[in-house]
Order: sequence, then structure tokens, then C-alpha cells
Amino acid sequence: MTGVNAEQAKVTEAMDRLLADFPPDSVPPKEFWGAQFDAGLAWVDFEEGDGGLAVSPSFRAYVSRRLREAGAPTWNRSANIIGIGMGSGVLAAHGTPEQRQRWLRPMFTMDEIWCQLFSEPGAGSDVAALSTRAVRDGDEWVVNGQKVWTTLAHLASWGLLVTRTDPDLPKHRGLTYFVVDMHADGVECRPLYQITGEAEFNEVFFDDARIPDGNRIDEVGAGWRVSMTTLMNERVAIGGNTVPRGHGSIGQAVEAWKTHGDGNPATRRELARLWGEVEAMRLTTLRAVENMEAGTPGPEGSTGKLAWADLNKEVTAFTVDLMGLGGTTIPEGYTLEATSYETRETERVLSPQRAFLRARANSIEGGTSEIMRNILGERVLGLPGEPRVDKDLPWKEVPRG
Amino acid sequence: MAESITFAPTDEQVLLASTIRELVDASTSMDRTRELSLTVDAFDTEAWEGLKQMGVVGLTMPYEVGGGGASLDDLGVVFEELGRRVVAVPLLSTTMAMTAIHASGSAAAADLLPALASGDAIGTLAVHEGPHGDPLQVPNTTAIEVDSGHALSGAKRFVTAGPLASTFVVSASLDGELALFIVHVDAEGVDVQAVSALDATRPLATVTFDGAEASLLAVGDEAREALSTALDIGVLAMAREQVGGASACLDMAVEYAKSRFQFGRAIGSFQAVKHMCADMLVAVEHARSVAVYGCRVEDPAERDIAVPLAKSVCSAAYLQAAGDNIQIHGGIGFTWEHDAHLYFKRAKSTSLLLGSVDAHRDRLADVLEL
Ligand SMILES: Cc1cc2nc3c(=O)[nH]c(=O)nc-3n(C[C@H](O)[C@H](O)[C@H](O)COP(=O)(O)OP(=O)(O)OC[C@H]3O[C@@H](n4cnc5c(N)ncnc54)[C@H](O)[C@@H]3O)c2cc1C
Repeated sequence: MTGVNAEQAKVTEAMDRLLADFPPDSVPPKEFWGAQFDAGLAWVDFEEGDGGLAVSPSFRAYVSRRLREAGAPTWNRSANIIGIGMGSGVLAAHGTPEQRQRWLRPMFTMDEIWCQLFSEPGAGSDVAALSTRAVRDGDEWVVNGQKVWTTLAHLASWGLLVTRTDPDLPKHRGLTYFVVDMHADGVECRPLYQITGEAEFNEVFFDDARIPDGNRIDEVGAGWRVSMTTLMNERVAIGGNTVPRGHGSIGQAVEAWKTHGDGNPATRRELARLWGEVEAMRLTTLRAVENMEAGTPGPEGSTGKLAWADLNKEVTAFTVDLMGLGGTTIPEGYTLEATSYETRETERVLSPQRAFLRARANSIEGGTSEIMRNILGERVLGLPGEPRVDKDLPWKEVPRG
Repeated sequence: MAESITFAPTDEQVLLASTIRELVDASTSMDRTRELSLTVDAFDTEAWEGLKQMGVVGLTMPYEVGGGGASLDDLGVVFEELGRRVVAVPLLSTTMAMTAIHASGSAAAADLLPALASGDAIGTLAVHEGPHGDPLQVPNTTAIEVDSGHALSGAKRFVTAGPLASTFVVSASLDGELALFIVHVDAEGVDVQAVSALDATRPLATVTFDGAEASLLAVGDEAREALSTALDIGVLAMAREQVGGASACLDMAVEYAKSRFQFGRAIGSFQAVKHMCADMLVAVEHARSVAVYGCRVEDPAERDIAVPLAKSVCSAAYLQAAGDNIQIHGGIGFTWEHDAHLYFKRAKSTSLLLGSVDAHRDRLADVLEL
């Protein structure tokens, strides 16, 4: 048997056994996820014992398909996306065996929710400019500073935290990455309400919070490298959704046309245009997944986040337009409330008006569309970067504001 | 259905693409295409000769008539490569003519197809009578029965490859029904007037028929079916051509953005330029997905979606890429000497040929029951 066939046999066998021993329709989700992790089918390319079978990552798509066909619960991936979609990859690439042992299983079973503590009031797109300080004190690190826009921080057990440990070095070099206990003393979380009234995100304050050195990820000063792993996983997690044709906001637009549409041929044509653009994006995602599985990823794997952000804004605005004066109302009304992970805005069906509001975040969260265009231009097309005034200066001398 | 389609080219297709690319490199050049653009009957005979020798002209026709028995997707690979260099060959027109003849199921197909499939004869559809209008409706051109067969009278406009073609597939009204006929260019009563084409690499003609001798291919539903199949195949092949052209524009723009310096830096380091390139990339990748998808789906209901999808998405992408490519090149991009205009003209004319973008959006809306 060739390598690939042997791997396929291994994955198939594990999957068959999992589905036979833990029938998804009768086993509660948490128990199923635990069994899935133990079977090595959480992240199939991870090491055995870490929720994987040490096979090629191309088998991830096979695992997803089998789970979907069997009707197994997979919503842990979106509900705990920062853990399962991003933190897991960080731990696999940069964590120690002990760290993987400690964190991966409860992450996958949703016993522990994760959040990402990157952005700060003074460091958004330019996240490497961040100023939250960590200072070593024996076997511990003492952290002071503020993070912002931290999605799910109020529900999280653990946070992926980037800090500045050496302000005398240029900004990319003086950073160190930790996993922080969100319930530790000196960590305080306050909800931030977004334009819909919901608080998916928070501001998080560190006031002499202590982190054991055992929670440091990778070397002191390697924080930027680890952050890049995180962001790459994030953009794949956001852009790479394969939804069935006509679902999501375009489905809502079609629905609205059928109920409120006035038959105007120009509007109908515009709807067909949007439908076509969304379908083209969907087919591109399928193509990207296929190439990823085959181990031949191309530029089509990087366009999804940007395309989706722009299109979702257009489609949701179109839907509200169709509603005429109905579009001046919002059925949910506004109440300021913190989200729960099962019912976050991104997880439930919103009214067209509310979806229209939520869509404004698509081109900001996970890297703004301007930054995504820079990335496509520079990393995919190989265009030169911009002149940088801050690159080689010690971080503490860089102008801020 | 949608989900079961794969996109990656087969090994044979990768090979086919590089063979066509070599052929194009060896047999023609952008300078030659530019020169041909000053004529009203542009025909890159050397490139065509190469395609003939490779047996590519009749690629999708059955073996019995000298074709290659290959898939539409294989043909798509050829179109993509030819589109990448806007090669002036009448492959689209000939493909549509062959497809109509083959799909008509007419007994005459066995006589007509071998010369077309070999590339010795050039075919085209003559089915438009004005700048607007649906070629599947019963046209003004009329056919009457005569002793020797039929006689056609009327005028067809915007006939692609019209100045080059020897075999016309002509739509006409026969007893009030849509019918398709074959008319040979040298038949009595046929007059071909070349028209200056916006995209001179795809020449156009007005063809008038004055009692011209014609042989019947199909009538009524059969004619409509054969014609609509030919037009749909044309749209899908042309979508691949558009993808080839658009991705060539992107390559050119990126190349130039890296090497042209202003204000002491490469213009590609300016976001206004970089972001244009990034948006082109998204458009090109989307176009590629729908074009390949269209060439691979076989389910008729799915193809009904895929055809207008491919036409509208790929046209928009090509127009964007070809237009922005000129912009990124600045003044030099506006010169005759530069290649950019060849793509821009091809982009515009392909967006109008075989049903406008708007018409295809309407068609998509119809299929989706919007
Ligand atoms: C709903 C939501 C959830 C979020 N969740 C999290 C989270 O869980 N964890 C976390 O760490 N962060 C999170 N963020 C923060 C997000 O990553 C930042 O908002 C984003 O990176 C932009 O940073 P900023 O808000 O400081 O804007 P800025 O960086 O100040 O940008 C302001 C404007 O300037 C533009 N700009 C900035 N730099 C450039 C440049 N080089 N070229 C061109 N234009 C530029 C931007 O595109 C934007 O238009 C979330 C944001 C939102 C909206």
C-alpha cells in the first residue's frame, strides 16, 4: 500500500469505528466530540493523542464530509472558532506536548472557550505595534495593559495573548505570546456593544495579572511568528466556509425579492448579478478546498475573505432596499446584551435589517479589506510593500496616535 | 449536481495546455495579431494550420467525422490558451457551426462535419439580423421550397468569422417556423460584406442571401434545440477564452507594477495600484471557477444555470481586468503598439456577443425563478 492509501485506510477505519460506537443521533454532542478527539478525528493531521492521526491535512475535508453525511454535530467549530479554528493550529505548530495535552481536548469538546487578545486601542491593523507589557518575575510573567474588540472574552476560559516583552527592539521582534487564564486575578473583562446592540466583543484589562512561564508559547521574542500562524488560521477559518448554494444572505435576498419585489426588471437583474457573484465565490471556495486536499493550493485559496466581506455587504444592503419603508424598521429592536456563544449574531438567522448592520464588520474583523488587498497584492501577486517608517526603529521610538 | 464537480485539470489537460501554448508561441506573435488588427478579415493562417495539424479544430466532434471525441472541458483548455494571446483564429465560430450541425441530427452532418472538423472548411452561425433580438425567435429571413431544396432570402448581420467562412449555418423562417439551413459561401445569391469589427481579431460580416441555395438541417423544436445548444457551447468556450484573456491582463499588470518606478518606488507599492491588482485577482479566480464549472457540468438543468452564470461573471471579470490593465500601464497602455488594447477590445466584444451580460442575467433570473 502506498503512503496515501495507507493513510486513507487509517482515517476511514477510525471514522467507521467512531460512527458505529458513538451514533451521532443518540450520543450527546459533548460526548461525541470527546470520542471524535480520542479517535484522532478532531484535527486529523495532528499527532496521535493530540486529536489527530498524523496523516496529511488533505484528509480534513474527507473527515468533514463523513461527519456531515452522518449528521454528526460540528457546530463546536464555529461556536469555539478561536480555539478550534485558530488556537489549535498555534498549539500544533508552536506548543509543547504538555500544552497540547492540557488544552486541545477541552477546547474541542467546548468545555473551554477561547478568545484572541491581539487588538489594542493603539494597535489594530498594525497589531505588531501593541503595547501591553509582560515582565518576567521568576517563573511568572506580570502583565499590564489593555486589549479591545476581544470576541467572546466574557465566556472564555483561555485567551491567546500577544504582549511586548522588549520595547527596545523593533516592533516585530520584542513580542512574546502566551495563553492566559481569563479567570486569573488582574484580568478584567467589560462588554463592548456593537452597532446592533449585541456585545460579541469586549475590552480586557490586565492589571498585574500573572501568567506562569509554562503558558508561554514558543520562545521569548517569537510572538510575531506565532501571531502570524494565528492570523493565517483565522483568515482561512473566516473565508473558507463552504455553504450550500443559495444559503445565507443571498438566500435572504431571494426570499425578500419573492415577498417584497415589485417586479422591476432592473432590480431583478441586479439580484441575478449578486446571485452570480455569490455563486462564483462559492465555486471558488470548493475549488480551493479541492486544491488544498490535493496538496496544490493556489491563489484561489486566499481570495475568499475579501470577496465575502465585500459581497455580503452588498447583498445585505440590497435586501434592505427591497423592503422599501420596511427597511426603516428593525424587528429585533435594540437592547444592549452580551452574546452567548450558541446564539451569537454570527450563529443565528438575523432579520435582513440586522444582517445588514452586522455585515459592516465583515470588512473589519479578522483584518480589514484594505489590509487583505495589501496581503493579496504582496504575498500572492508579489508586488512590493510600502516604504516603512517604523520597521527598524526601536518600538518605543515609533510615533503613535 | 453542483457538489460533485471537481475543478482540477487532468494530467492530459495540463499537457494539452502547454502544447497549445508552445504552438501559439511558435506560430504567431502579438505583433502579428496587431498587424492583423488593421484588416477586416483577420485570419492567423499559421496558427490555424498548427491547430489543424494537432487535430484540435474538431476536438469535441465524434471520431466518425474526423473529430477528437474529447470533452467540452478539453476544448475549454484550448480556448483559454488562445484567449491568453488573443489569437486571431475562427475556432469559436467553427465550433458553434459544427455543434449546431451535429446537434441537429441531420443526415447531412456526415457529409458536412469532416471538412469542418479537420479545419479545411471554416464554419459559422449566421443568426442575427440586428443589434438586438433573440436568435431563437423566428427570423425575417425566409426559406421557400424549390426543386433543388430550399432558397433563402434575407440578411444576417454580425456574423463572426463572416469574411472567412465557407459554411454558414443560417436561421430562417420556413412556413412560419424557425429552421436551420446550410448555405455555402460560393452558392449563387450569397453576398458577404466584411464589417470593421471593434475587436478586429474576430472579424464580422453582413451576409445577404438572395434566393440562395440552402439545404435544410432542422426545423421547429429540433432547430431551436440545435441552435440553443450551439450558442450555449459557444458561451462556455468563450468564457474560457475570457478567463485566459483576463488572467493574461492580470499577469501583465502585475509585471508592469513591479517594474515601473515613479516617485522613487515601484508603482505596485502604491495601494491604489496594488488594490486594483488584488481586486483583479479575485475577479479572475471567480471567473475561472464558473468557466470550468460550466464546461464540466453535464446535467441539463445545471447547465441552464451554468451558462448564464459563466457569461455574466466572466464578461465582467474580463472587462475589469482589461480596463484596469490599461489604467495601470498609464499612457503606454493607450498606444497601438502596446498589447493592452487587443485584450480590451476582445473583452468588450465578448461581453456583447452571444447574448449581452444583461440578457444572461435575465436568463439566470428566469432559471432561478426570481
Ligand atoms: C466584530 C469584530 C470582532 C473582532 N474580534 C476580535 C478579536 O476577537 N480579537 C482581536 O484581537 N481583535 C478583534 N477584532 C479587531 C479587528 O481585528 C480590528 O478592528 C482590525 O484589525 C482593524 O483594526 P482597527 O479597528 O484598529 O482599525 P485601524 O487599523 O485603525 O484601521 C482604520 C482604517 O484604516 C485602514 N488602514 C489601516 N492600516 C492601513 C494600511 N496599512 N493600508 C491601508 N489602510 C489601512 C483600515 O483598513 C481601516 O479602514 C474584531 C473586530 C470586529 C469588528
